[in-house]
Amino acid sequence: MIRESYINWIVLAGFLVVPLWALSADEPFTITLATRAVLLALAAVGLNIALGIGGLVSLGHAAFFGLGGYAMGILAHHAQTFTPLELGMFTIAGTKSMPIIWLTAIIVSALAAFVIGLLSLRTTGVYFIMITLAFGQMFFFFSISWSAYGGEDGLSIYVRNGFPGLNTLVPIQFFGLCFTALCAALFVHWKLRKSPFGLALNAARQSPARVETVGLNPVRLKLLAFVISGAITGLAGALFADLNRFVSPTMFSWQLSGELIVLIIIGGVGRLMGPVIGAALFVTLEHFLGAFTDFWHVWLGVILLLIVLFARGGVVGILTGKAGPHV
Amino acid sequence: MSEAVLETRNLHKSFGALKATDDVSIDLRPGEIHAIIGPNGAGKSTLIAQICGGLQPDAGSVHLSGRDVSGLSTAARAQAGLGRTFQISALAMEDTVLENALLGALGQSGRPWQFWRSAARRTDLLDRAMAALDRVGLLDDAEQVTANLSHGQRRQLEVAVALTLGPKAFVMDEPMAGLGTEGSKTMTTFLDGLREEAPILLVEHDMDAVFALADRISVLVYGRVIATGTVDEIRASKEVKEAYLGEEA
Amino acid sequence: MSTILIIEQILNGLQSGIMLFLMAAGLTLIFGVMGLINLAHGSLYMVGAFAAAAVAGATGSFLLALVAALAAAALAGAIVEMVVIRRLYKAPHLDQVLATFALILIFSEGTRWIFGSFPLFLDVPSYLSGPIRLPGGIQYPLYRLVLIGVGLSVAIGLWWLTARTRIGIQIRAGENDREMIAALGVDISKLYTIVFALGAALAGLAGALVGAIQSVQVGMGEPVLILAFVVIVIGGIGSIKGAFIGAILVGLTDTLGGIFLPQLFKLFMETGAATQTGSALASMAVYVLMSLVLIWRPTGLFGARA
Ligand SMILES: Nc1ncnc2c1ncn2[C@@H]1O[C@H](COP(=O)(O)OP(=O)(O)OP(=O)(O)O)[C@@H](O)[C@H]1O
Ligand SMILES: [Mg+2]
Repeated sequence: MIRESYINWIVLAGFLVVPLWALSADEPFTITLATRAVLLALAAVGLNIALGIGGLVSLGHAAFFGLGGYAMGILAHHAQTFTPLELGMFTIAGTKSMPIIWLTAIIVSALAAFVIGLLSLRTTGVYFIMITLAFGQMFFFFSISWSAYGGEDGLSIYVRNGFPGLNTLVPIQFFGLCFTALCAALFVHWKLRKSPFGLALNAARQSPARVETVGLNPVRLKLLAFVISGAITGLAGALFADLNRFVSPTMFSWQLSGELIVLIIIGGVGRLMGPVIGAALFVTLEHFLGAFTDFWHVWLGVILLLIVLFARGGVVGILTGKAGPHV
Repeated sequence: MSEAVLETRNLHKSFGALKATDDVSIDLRPGEIHAIIGPNGAGKSTLIAQICGGLQPDAGSVHLSGRDVSGLSTAARAQAGLGRTFQISALAMEDTVLENALLGALGQSGRPWQFWRSAARRTDLLDRAMAALDRVGLLDDAEQVTANLSHGQRRQLEVAVALTLGPKAFVMDEPMAGLGTEGSKTMTTFLDGLREEAPILLVEHDMDAVFALADRISVLVYGRVIATGTVDEIRASKEVKEAYLGEEA
Repeated sequence: MSTILIIEQILNGLQSGIMLFLMAAGLTLIFGVMGLINLAHGSLYMVGAFAAAAVAGATGSFLLALVAALAAAALAGAIVEMVVIRRLYKAPHLDQVLATFALILIFSEGTRWIFGSFPLFLDVPSYLSGPIRLPGGIQYPLYRLVLIGVGLSVAIGLWWLTARTRIGIQIRAGENDREMIAALGVDISKLYTIVFALGAALAGLAGALVGAIQSVQVGMGEPVLILAFVVIVIGGIGSIKGAFIGAILVGLTDTLGGIFLPQLFKLFMETGAATQTGSALASMAVYVLMSLVLIWRPTGLFGARA
């Protein structure tokens, strides 16, 4: 059996080596694929904080992914059409600057996560799952019927947004940005997990009654976890939209929420690198099985079923021989 | 006479037609162990849940050091000074023994909103947690995963977590349950010394332990307190014998 | 706005609510009895619709198509229960969500494999098509009235089944106490398979009935599934009565909101903006309704109190 920390470093190294190899072999498409995997991983790292540590089975995290995406889409749209964004009392200009877009995405999705979490955390169990799902759908349908920003067709951005000192149009540079964001999110997860807050949150997942009897409020702990989680997934959404230079209601779709959970389970729920491994496998499968058959989702379904029924700890669980946290 | 640390006034709770708590007024005085005994289903756990906040009474109030805590949440009551142990261990089973004790210390410190510092580096928490584990004899098992503990060790850990809180009053639901003779003896000796620190409201089926420990005993039958008194008074009470002890003796 | 239009819209709302009930009843029954959250319920709806479309295409008989829908969905449900679902009853909700999500992937892509990506069409039979004149001079499609009738009959049948029959008593006993019912000598795994197949058959029926007024295509089940979730969350998970009332509420809110909210906003906004705001809000109306119900009662209208 392999130590988890070895696996973690190997996976991270792999994520650096593949695009660098692709760069030298002049295979820009592979870099794009790797970027896609990094961003799905980033979104799932966000979800993993709520799901893996806090035990919150959110089937609506696409809401935050999509909000991040639209934060980028709307700001960039106003910048490229040179129209100001009217927000009732005040007016702001659009922007093509990534740092501002990221900050907006993080704040907007954190606020949304706060409101959704506040309402959803009144419930537990299946109710929580269904309610988060319903909130995700709410955003989905809203984005479809809100024609100002493209409605069903979505919004296209002509040129990728900029980052000071970098040329984001060069795939490897954009990859570097996304990879850095992923590492930062992983660092947040790692720090959180060991912090007093993480200790309490992790206990709140296992035994809310215990946490209450030591004088802590489990719902507040989970709410904060949900907000942090939503903010990270929102950031991933903004970057993902930038990768495709396109944002549409599908970023809000519940299939996406489901896939984020799937990534985590394939890799190992509650594990630091679970979502990263899951995303790498997912994108690889999608690419190779997708080339081989149009119906690769069938095989994804079968693999997923097998993992759920027979290998609950996911890849990390199999490699380390330790089942890992139960959600 | 000194003022009660913990007191219930005319608590009532019904589940449908079943009166699980029927006008219960008991108090816990400084330095004492007050045992609550009664047959299975008498309403002991229900009473404790109302005292600690898991269950809202239909009527009546709970007072801690003279303050009405009836409207407070479970967490707020714990912060106000209630140290509870569960009849069925409620611990973070995937965490280590130390982490469970740290959680108690964290709750006691009231500062869980730290995200950047490692919990294991908070020496204030660590000292408190280790001290509590040491007192119940679990120090050597601090790094064990809780799920791997024996049943008896889990009961000890329950008590240790309550200790980390430094409560004004302990409320313990069957701490001896399933401990075996040897374990019960150790726990009895331990609780005996604990009353100096804070009084204990003790729900227990183990009569040897109750008679050895209790300063006062209240007998609960069908949700009602049918008698309260010293060990000797309760032993002598005809009512109690008929209603409860009679069946066992 | 005319009274006729309002009545028409109310009937439309009722009709979609009642079809939702067919979905929600199965979901809530399965959750109430087995404690299982089944995302693949929408796939059974799709299976029913495809089976109906295929059989109607081959035989031209709508009744045969409905029978095929019931049979195919029940069979698919029974097989899925025996192969996969049965291993999940004691599993955490997360596992149930994932495994049934996996089933959706398999069902959807499998159906696409067999039938291709183009939608199939299932026609309303001639004897049920065309409008009918209601008292008050309202013209209303006969088929939609029939849907309301069929749905109501199923609701009554379900009530009778759970309240009056032996198997209903077993089902209700199973909700309360699995050990008890096993001790009474009831074959609990057979009972579960039957309940699951029954829920599946209802979903399949709904799929076939609705398939005749919408197109039959892969992915048609999921939007309905999610609305059915909203329904049972509003009604209280496990309660058939709650599912019925929740379904009607959701059906009416969804339909009436889409028509009336834009009108409402026109009272104080210019037309373009009103249509946009109104229809955007209408698309969220059922979810707002759900949040309101949950703020008021976190376990739904008729759910067991936690
Ligand atoms: N939530 C509830 N709903 C309905 N009845 C309940 C509930 N909780 C407890 N009861 C009933 O109330 C009565 C008292 O239960 P309680 O658990 O307080 O008894 P107890 O004295 O602690 O018993 P034991 O010695 O077995 O622990 C029992 O008859 C029990 O079935
Ligand atoms: Mg008890």
